[in-house]
Amino acid sequence: MTFAVRAGLKKFNIEHNFEVKNIYEYYAKWIREGKLKPNSDWNKELGIKFTCQDPCQIVRKSYGDEIAKDFRYAIKAVVGEENFVDMSPNFSNNYCCGGGGGFLQSGFKEERLEYGRIKDRQIKETKADYVIAGCHNCHAQIHELSKHYEGNYPVIHFWTILALSLGVLGPNERTYLGDDLMEVNVFHPETAM
Amino acid sequence: MSETAIKLRKREKTSLFDQVKELLPDGGNLNLCLTCGLCSSGCPATGLVSMDPRKMLRMIALGLDEEVLASDWPWMCTMCQRCIYACPMKIDIPQLIYNIRAQRPREERPKGILGSCDMALKNDTNSAMGTNEEDFIFVVEDVLEQYQEEQPEFAEMQAPIDKEGAEFFLNQNSREPVTEPDEMVPLWKILHLAGVDWTYGSKGWAGENYCMFLADDDAWKHVVQTQTDQTHKLKCKTYLNTE
Repeated sequence: MTFAVRAGLKKFNIEHNFEVKNIYEYYAKWIREGKLKPNSDWNKELGIKFTCQDPCQIVRKSYGDEIAKDFRYAIKAVVGEENFVDMSPNFSNNYCCGGGGGFLQSGFKEERLEYGRIKDRQIKETKADYVIAGCHNCHAQIHELSKHYEGNYPVIHFWTILALSLGVLGPNERTYLGDDLMEVNVFHPETAM
Repeated sequence: MSETAIKLRKREKTSLFDQVKELLPDGGNLNLCLTCGLCSSGCPATGLVSMDPRKMLRMIALGLDEEVLASDWPWMCTMCQRCIYACPMKIDIPQLIYNIRAQRPREERPKGILGSCDMALKNDTNSAMGTNEEDFIFVVEDVLEQYQEEQPEFAEMQAPIDKEGAEFFLNQNSREPVTEPDEMVPLWKILHLAGVDWTYGSKGWAGENYCMFLADDDAWKHVVQTQTDQTHKLKCKTYLNTE
């Protein structure tokens, strides 16, 4: 996890001769450089709206607003600019979803869901159909909030929707997509398990 | 508000407050609190078990170590740092919380976090789900082979493990190889299409680090050291986090 590596190298004075980066910066870079050519036409008619969770560990605690901008640049290239809706507040001022810091594993479930009430409300206020979560803890927590507070919005990883917009997302790589996207742009549908 | 009145004692010289101040750069600014409450008003953990960040800081400043150490709230604060972001005095409450967590005897810390950290220490993979090198290599190769065959456009796609000289050392959350291996594939396809030169490490591939959340310095260091050693061994220029 980005913060654990960066903060750990610093805190423990671990000598190293490599850079520590996060992939959201590179998704944007590869799209800008034309190495990846996502196409958002699949969503022109559908008009499915997406919002995103800025992960605290990557944005506020590591690279700041710049990487949050990169994340949005990549998302908009994939779902269409008009189909992205931001939460408020966001970027470095975003609320933690409550999945981090070990909260998902610590056993205080009732308190964790109470903690997430703010996040659920923020998401519902965007009226977005989908949430793109930037990390696994966010994904698991927001997925649970979606069920618990009955918003029932699907929560997905960015790689899923990026691969869909590149036209290469197969039928078995759609675990977290909602019914509305199960049949969209399916790559090699005959391989469905 | 707390249900019972808090009785103040004289703060001991060896109090948690002073210990933590010594550990943190600039003393974590712990002395600078204006009690304005911006931290608490913007904290989603405010109110859980009758606690909030300002109250916790005040209790520590007043030497109420026993009460603070008995509270489970430090395990409900996610150390998300929104309080520092809002604080006019940049007080490092999350680091204070980290050190309060570290004060609790290791075996009494929340079992889920403890178990995940201990699991990560079992193998050099650092996997919190206990996946060893052999199992990881098997899953990756098996899934890759299946997709290379079924989707001929990706017959040339690779998912290298321990490829020396690759530009990127990529980590992977254990959840995918262990519980939903097909979820690794979209990322591999993206990297393939972008022409990225990347590799996993048989050691240190797991992206998660629960030892940090457990506030176990030695274990946290061990995990980062393992990742560092493997990245050096493979001569990768960039350690690339997928989350």
